Amino acid sequence: MRSLRIRSRSPEVCLAVCLLVIFILTLAGCGRRGADPSGSITLAGSTSVQPFVEMLAEEYAKSYPDRSPVNVQGGGSSAGARAALSGTAHIGMMSRGLAEDESELTPTVMAEDALVLIVHPINTVTGLTKDQIRRIFSGSITDWEEVGGPPGTIHVVSREEGSGTRGAFDELIMEGDDVMPRAIVQDSNGAVRETIAGDRMAMGYVSLGLVDERVKAIKVDGVEASVENVRRREYTLVRPFLLVVKGEYAPGAREFVDFVLSDEGRRILRDEGLVPPE
Amino acid sequence: MSRKEKFAEIALTVVGLTSVAVLALIIFFIFKEGSPALAHVGLGRFVGGTRWSPGKGQFGILPMIVGSFFVTFGALLTGVPLGLGCALYLSEFAPRKTAAVLKPLVEILAGIPSVVFGFIGLTVIVPLIRDHLGGPGFSVLASAIVLGVMILPTMVSISYDALRAVPQVYREGMLAVGANQWQTVTSVVLPAARPGILAAGILSMGRAVGETMAVIMVAGNATIIPVSFLDPVRTLTSNIALEMGYATGLHRQALFATGIVLFVIIGALNILARAFIRSR
Repeated sequence: MRSLRIRSRSPEVCLAVCLLVIFILTLAGCGRRGADPSGSITLAGSTSVQPFVEMLAEEYAKSYPDRSPVNVQGGGSSAGARAALSGTAHIGMMSRGLAEDESELTPTVMAEDALVLIVHPINTVTGLTKDQIRRIFSGSITDWEEVGGPPGTIHVVSREEGSGTRGAFDELIMEGDDVMPRAIVQDSNGAVRETIAGDRMAMGYVSLGLVDERVKAIKVDGVEASVENVRRREYTLVRPFLLVVKGEYAPGAREFVDFVLSDEGRRILRDEGLVPPE
Repeated sequence: MSRKEKFAEIALTVVGLTSVAVLALIIFFIFKEGSPALAHVGLGRFVGGTRWSPGKGQFGILPMIVGSFFVTFGALLTGVPLGLGCALYLSEFAPRKTAAVLKPLVEILAGIPSVVFGFIGLTVIVPLIRDHLGGPGFSVLASAIVLGVMILPTMVSISYDALRAVPQVYREGMLAVGANQWQTVTSVVLPAARPGILAAGILSMGRAVGETMAVIMVAGNATIIPVSFLDPVRTLTSNIALEMGYATGLHRQALFATGIVLFVIIGALNILARAFIRSR
């Protein structure tokens, strides 16, 4: 049997190998990801819009297998705007209006989404004013009794900072006030709904499309959240879902946007609880 | 030395150093991305600030530091006695055949994805706490229970190995002088296995500090300093995972800075724990 020789490696050799490995790994990390030249269309941006566009992209691929495939990425509304501006994506997805420094972009409204305040089905509260909602979320109203419900602490459920739904809620309801730090934070519309469905003292907000029979939507300023009321501009907690481009559409991108705005595309969006343009 | 052997040695050295290099890269990357936020906000205001509101430019992570501490401590409080008890039973009291069945079963726990633990916590433990103890249910307690179960496999396997490593003659000697089995365990076996048991505790602690997914699902993630075991809580890891998806600019850097703080805390805990073991 061969005996093993145990030697100590000189530190220089160790260092050299170490540096070499770091160098190789650094190289592996390089390479810029840009708009795919192979002909596929890249959309990036709002994670609120993303699932709907993914659904549309799937249908698009089924209906038009010969056209450019569509590739959908998240990142948030601001990232979507930046991606469209810099050309990293062909189309940006946004779930808020354009900011001043984004005015170079051309927006197309693909749908509108309503923000719905939800409570547990057995909760006796059926409606609140915007002002009451703001005071509940900022922590100055803490008990259901103060808004005409049964006595008990309100368990406020919010979304994480940076999410599009949270951004829209801050803009439409909070008017500069902070959501109280005590609020429970869940990381998706679905998780908020699950929490509300299980807790009779809870209150939260989700997209209209996510409301089902396990939670109760409440009226805001006396108006029920529904597709009709969003259309009639009576329900005011509404945010736009935008597809944005800088200048001209890339080849193939126009076709996808046309599909989104077609009867077929609008039917898909309507089925998912969004309000596509008439 | 043959050429072949030389080649194998170099290849293995490269492979071995790769893991070290990866660690070095991770450290470098976290510090590179996070230090601008630390410089901008100020270390004191970042680590000592009690308000986390990135939209308003407030970056205080004290609630998360306290939160991580509470949740980890709670997990050790539930997981360590349970795990050590289980290891003691398997090693000292269970019939050989029973142990041969039970030990692999406990180890299977380690293979269950954390999201499953989180889901069970969300659907079973959270409602249980909400209905019987009050509050929203999402709490330090819920996280501690879920994490306590998650650290069991680490705690049980390593303490079991430590207990089995105690020479059989120690036990025989005790029994020969008339001690019963319980006395043997408490006065000879446990003290002899102590370094291994402490190591099990440290590794479990590392698991508890670092676990993210399951905690996000049951902790409630509120950015307050918890004052009761029924308060919702956000840990350092949850803070990063929750907001990294959307964060840009200073907010993103602040999340990396949260990573720096987490890194320093874990490093310090490990050094402290090792020093503690050596001092015994």
